[in-house]
Amino acid sequence: MSLPTNPTSFTLADAREAVRKKEISSRELTQAFVSAIEGARTLNAFVTETPEKALAMADASDARIAKGSMGPLEGLPLAIKDLFCTKGVRTTAGSNILSNFIPPYESTVSQNLWDAGAVMLGKTNMDEFAMGSSNETSYFKPVLNPWRARNSNRNLVPGGSSGGSAASVAANLCLGATGTDTGGSIRQPAAVTGTVGLKPTYGRCSRWGIVAFASSLDQAGPMTRTVRDAAILMKAMASVDPQDSTSVDVPVPDYEATLEQGVKGLRVGIPKEYRIDGAPPEIDAMWAKGAEWLKAQGAEIVDVSLPHTKYALPAYYIVAPAEASSNLARYDGVRFGHRAKGAHDITDLYEKSRAEGFGAEVRRRILIGTYVLSAGYYDAFYSRAQKLRTLIARDFTQAFEKCDVLLTPATPGPAFAIGEKTSDPVSMYLNDVFTVTVNLAGLPGISVPAGLTPEGLPLGLQIIGKAFDEATVLRVGRSVEQAAQFAAKPEAWWRAA
Amino acid sequence: MSVDKETVRRIAKLARLALEEERVEPMMNELNQILAWVQQLEEVDVAGVPPLTSVVAQKLKMRTDAVTAGGDADAVVANAPESEDHFFVVPKVVE
Repeated sequence: MSLPTNPTSFTLADAREAVRKKEISSRELTQAFVSAIEGARTLNAFVTETPEKALAMADASDARIAKGSMGPLEGLPLAIKDLFCTKGVRTTAGSNILSNFIPPYESTVSQNLWDAGAVMLGKTNMDEFAMGSSNETSYFKPVLNPWRARNSNRNLVPGGSSGGSAASVAANLCLGATGTDTGGSIRQPAAVTGTVGLKPTYGRCSRWGIVAFASSLDQAGPMTRTVRDAAILMKAMASVDPQDSTSVDVPVPDYEATLEQGVKGLRVGIPKEYRIDGAPPEIDAMWAKGAEWLKAQGAEIVDVSLPHTKYALPAYYIVAPAEASSNLARYDGVRFGHRAKGAHDITDLYEKSRAEGFGAEVRRRILIGTYVLSAGYYDAFYSRAQKLRTLIARDFTQAFEKCDVLLTPATPGPAFAIGEKTSDPVSMYLNDVFTVTVNLAGLPGISVPAGLTPEGLPLGLQIIGKAFDEATVLRVGRSVEQAAQFAAKPEAWWRAA
Repeated sequence: MSVDKETVRRIAKLARLALEEERVEPMMNELNQILAWVQQLEEVDVAGVPPLTSVVAQKLKMRTDAVTAGGDADAVVANAPESEDHFFVVPKVVE
């Protein structure tokens, strides 16, 4: 194996190999990423850097390696979205209301990673409470996409809500990162940063210790530079957990073992409803190319229909705010989080603490959620949206009678400019048009980099699978990755001089 | 369906979210824009369709009725903006 000269450009799989063979220590590897993060502060990808903790964890890892006891992720430095509670390390959810919150416990997913030997580099920036598609709702300011259009110095968004994780993977600031996906928050940022993002089946990962947004939709998943790396991280993140009654007791397969099995004989569905008016022509062209690639590798391409697709986003914008308004009721300025000064009674304390602590998008969603759940409107909105969810899930069940996976674009366009869509909430919501259906039905989906626009910006293709069939999703993702030969990297304009 | 200013004030109260008077009208407009957009769901005939309550078919697990955690009051109040002797401190609620 020939390794790149700079360890920060290792894939997770490369680094694992190098550490196992003792070609590099975890400390050397970790130090390289710590320095890269320091030199990339312009991107604002991290809310909290934890270099001392990282080096201490690396040393502990090196000690284990010396003794010959190695976990599956031994010594490998990762970035953690700031939605995962990390014991003793500030966890903000991108919000002012949690800007001083230091969890006394560790999320199950991050604990699984540390148990596997991984090293934490820090906590990545994100949209506030994961509500956003551009990382612009963060209390800690937007993240910049490492990618810029050719011959342009205009700053672009990295997508959201896992924008910091996506940017840090794309800019080689970590080997991989965790994300969470409620309506597309892993797959959409992955697509617009030229990285791989996998949202597993609802219930695959424990939600324990992940700051809740919309509990029936939230799932954690990996964000990486290759499909193999996503397979490795997915295996380590998944578990059944007594602390989350919705985590499912289904065996976690060895995703890496089946990764290279190809797509010969697989039926790949192309849902006609994912062709939308007004999308740039390169989106359709990329999609058609993806189908050609899989066909050339022996897959059968099948036309399918998901008739309720267009209702997915509006249904989501009832269900998600409703659940959010309930989940976010816990922020009261009493038990933890921001507390307003000078309140004259308890109600005043609640109202002022929440108004000061939450940003504009979060306030808007809390109010929408409160309204659709309020007396007299529940049936018209929430109940109807939950019925639409049944119809959307049925669409998928029927489509999967004719095919094994679905192939779709991941986003309706490439990364857009900072500030371009902030004035119109609905136009921002439309970024998730291709990803949100998957959350409503609880299915697994992956975004894989597939090519560049004529302006030189990355685009992704999405593969959607049957429940708990991440193995096939990853396998098809690997085939797309192989065919796409996506090797472009952004120029390191952000690097401190 | 759309909301008026009075409804915006009422739901802000229900949500315990202070809303300055000059923010009521802009918020009403933003909410109405979103509500107008989600109302396209009314086109769909949902008669006889059950609401989806769980995406993964599974029986809700029952745990043993036993104490699994607790006895750590220090950790519980560690993040409280104001606490005293393991109690959360709030403004006076009883006159």
